[in-house]
Amino acid sequence: MKLGFSDMEEAFRRECASWLDEQMAGEFADIRGIANLVDKPERRKAWERRLAEHRYSCIGWPIAWGGRDATLNEQVIFAEEYARAGAPNRLNHMGVELLGPTLLALGSSEQKARFLPAIAEGTAIWCQGYSEPGAGSDLAAIRTRARRDGDEWVIEGQKIWTSLAQFADMIFVLARTEDGTRGREGLSFLLVDLDQPGIEIRPIRQINGEAEFNEVFFDGARCPVENMVGAEGEGWTVSTTLLSFERGISTLGQQMQFRNELDAVIAAAKHNGKAADPVFRQRLAEAEIGLRLMRYGALRMLAGGKGGALAGAALTYKIQWASWRRALGELAMDVLGQEGEVAPADAEGWPLLANLYLYSRADTIYGGTNQIQRNLIAERGLGLPREPRGNA
Amino acid sequence: MAFALDEQQQMIAETAAAFFAENAGGERTRAAMASGIDRDLWRAYCRELGFGGLTVPEDLGGAGLGHVELAVVAEQAGRTLAAIPLLGHAMATAALLASDDRAAIDAHLPAMMAGDRSVAAGERGGEGLLVPHAAQCDLLLLLGEGGAHLIDASAATVEPLKSLDETRPLARVHASAGDPLPGGAAPCEAARAAGVLCLAAEALGGAQEALDRTVAFAKEREQFGRPVGSFQAYKHRLANRTVEIEQARSAVWWAACALDEGHETRALALHAAKSFCADTYLRVAGDMIQLHGGIGFTWEHDAHLFFKRARAIANMLGDGPHHRERVARIMLDDAA
Repeated sequence: MKLGFSDMEEAFRRECASWLDEQMAGEFADIRGIANLVDKPERRKAWERRLAEHRYSCIGWPIAWGGRDATLNEQVIFAEEYARAGAPNRLNHMGVELLGPTLLALGSSEQKARFLPAIAEGTAIWCQGYSEPGAGSDLAAIRTRARRDGDEWVIEGQKIWTSLAQFADMIFVLARTEDGTRGREGLSFLLVDLDQPGIEIRPIRQINGEAEFNEVFFDGARCPVENMVGAEGEGWTVSTTLLSFERGISTLGQQMQFRNELDAVIAAAKHNGKAADPVFRQRLAEAEIGLRLMRYGALRMLAGGKGGALAGAALTYKIQWASWRRALGELAMDVLGQEGEVAPADAEGWPLLANLYLYSRADTIYGGTNQIQRNLIAERGLGLPREPRGNA
Repeated sequence: MAFALDEQQQMIAETAAAFFAENAGGERTRAAMASGIDRDLWRAYCRELGFGGLTVPEDLGGAGLGHVELAVVAEQAGRTLAAIPLLGHAMATAALLASDDRAAIDAHLPAMMAGDRSVAAGERGGEGLLVPHAAQCDLLLLLGEGGAHLIDASAATVEPLKSLDETRPLARVHASAGDPLPGGAAPCEAARAAGVLCLAAEALGGAQEALDRTVAFAKEREQFGRPVGSFQAYKHRLANRTVEIEQARSAVWWAACALDEGHETRALALHAAKSFCADTYLRVAGDMIQLHGGIGFTWEHDAHLFFKRARAIANMLGDGPHHRERVARIMLDDAA
């Protein structure tokens, strides 16, 4: 068992760090440290292309598809340096980390050739069409339908909570292709162009005032039949393959962002004297311990193998980080007191910590609520009997 | 970097698990409660298993292994509530090695490694120091401002006490300070590090076992016509404890690795591991009673043994608030 990285890996770290620092100090200084997901989309698209030009857009992908075939450790290092340099959240997170690996694993050679290069080059931004008004935690209750019309699928229905759809070019959609099916049966996985008449995107305003999520309406939207990943009716399997990538490498980079947030809380506590209060010292220490344990938990998870088997550390990771960050938001506001509730009258958004307080309420909901996570831990991890289900 | 047990560490974990499963736990633990120690188990651990010199360098006749291996073994001992003086042994071994005092090493280490001489260790606070296993052991390792003192138990006044944790009873020790082990603060620091790691690992093992037994019960016990483990109120509680245990495991591995590699986060890791693992054990053991219902409150059931061990661990070598305050000092970079 080892904590440190090898000399070669550290050399790779320096290489990434110096390139990223150069970019963030130079041409892309205007998007350095953007804490939200929606500001300056055009500049962030330019940033995606810049990453691609230097083969940093998808380093974990095979070299043949524009990646570097990077090892897990190298991906960890890049994610850490990316966050440390203050580079903005990836606009094409869904394409690079979710759809790309899924196509690499399950896509046809035509699909790979058609869709992977644009993701690698940063020219096609993707979003994910899963949740629906009636299919949240119960994702398999999807009602969006696709019916065959000659060489095309025609899609009717509605998706919701679609992150960054307003900036995306393409969407991967889970839709029901077989009439009369329920649950996981009869679903298919379709790749759909967002720029067409049958699609309408409406942003949803969130509790922090921003609009990262959207409703996406499908009213006769079309995609060619060859845009189905996996076989007809096997969409659920395809989508769960994809979900397992969600617990991937990006979490280590995310922790660097958490580090920045905790440091901001520490700075505030030192500034207003709460850092000398024994009660706050205990809470700050708990936050520090929680963040460190997140890091070593993630490293254990990665050591568990590529793809991340549903072992203990992987199964508990989502609820661990989401709960930690929500508690940090609460601690931040307790440290700041009333000063945390205000911003200059002309401020566009909220400062880092107020935004953390608000945004972190979503962390324990999206990607599987804490309640769903507990069911998964109990049922898949501990082998406890499933909750009896209704007939809906 | 691979933050996972390597092949040899995995083998040691399996060997220790098999040894304690066969020789400790259940009736063995209860039988040892009368005297407060399982001497046969300790001798077998040192001699048959050959782990008496686990962390002793090979040129001194040991296995030459590190803190990761110590943690892995202590976890298994904690799982079975083994009534052995592993804590004092690990602490005294670390203190002796750090002192580099050949005479003391020659005088004590071979007998300790063979299981012929046992050590109880405690930290000097005010008057009337409480030391686990002091009334059962041959030597006392007393840590304090003046350094680490390794003395003959017969040279001290040792008053055995009725103790909550009967598998590791406390005794009140009065001893006059003689000469400490040489090496300045090093023996004390090494002993404290080994002790804290040992307790954190024991807590991890105890918590894991308490959880596993409760999960097994949840699958068998039926109420309202279905297993109680199918109710969300029940499974969410167990899921929360699972999340904590996974973090506790990360904490123990981090601390063990940091010690072996002399990593800059070494002190932080130890404070984190002790506070987090002890808290986790307390919660899991408390839930073990609650989720078993009435049977969990009986003397006959083992739940109270875990519950009491967890409490004892929480108080030893600094409680949760103490270690979190130490973390606060490191992270807030002041000397408050």
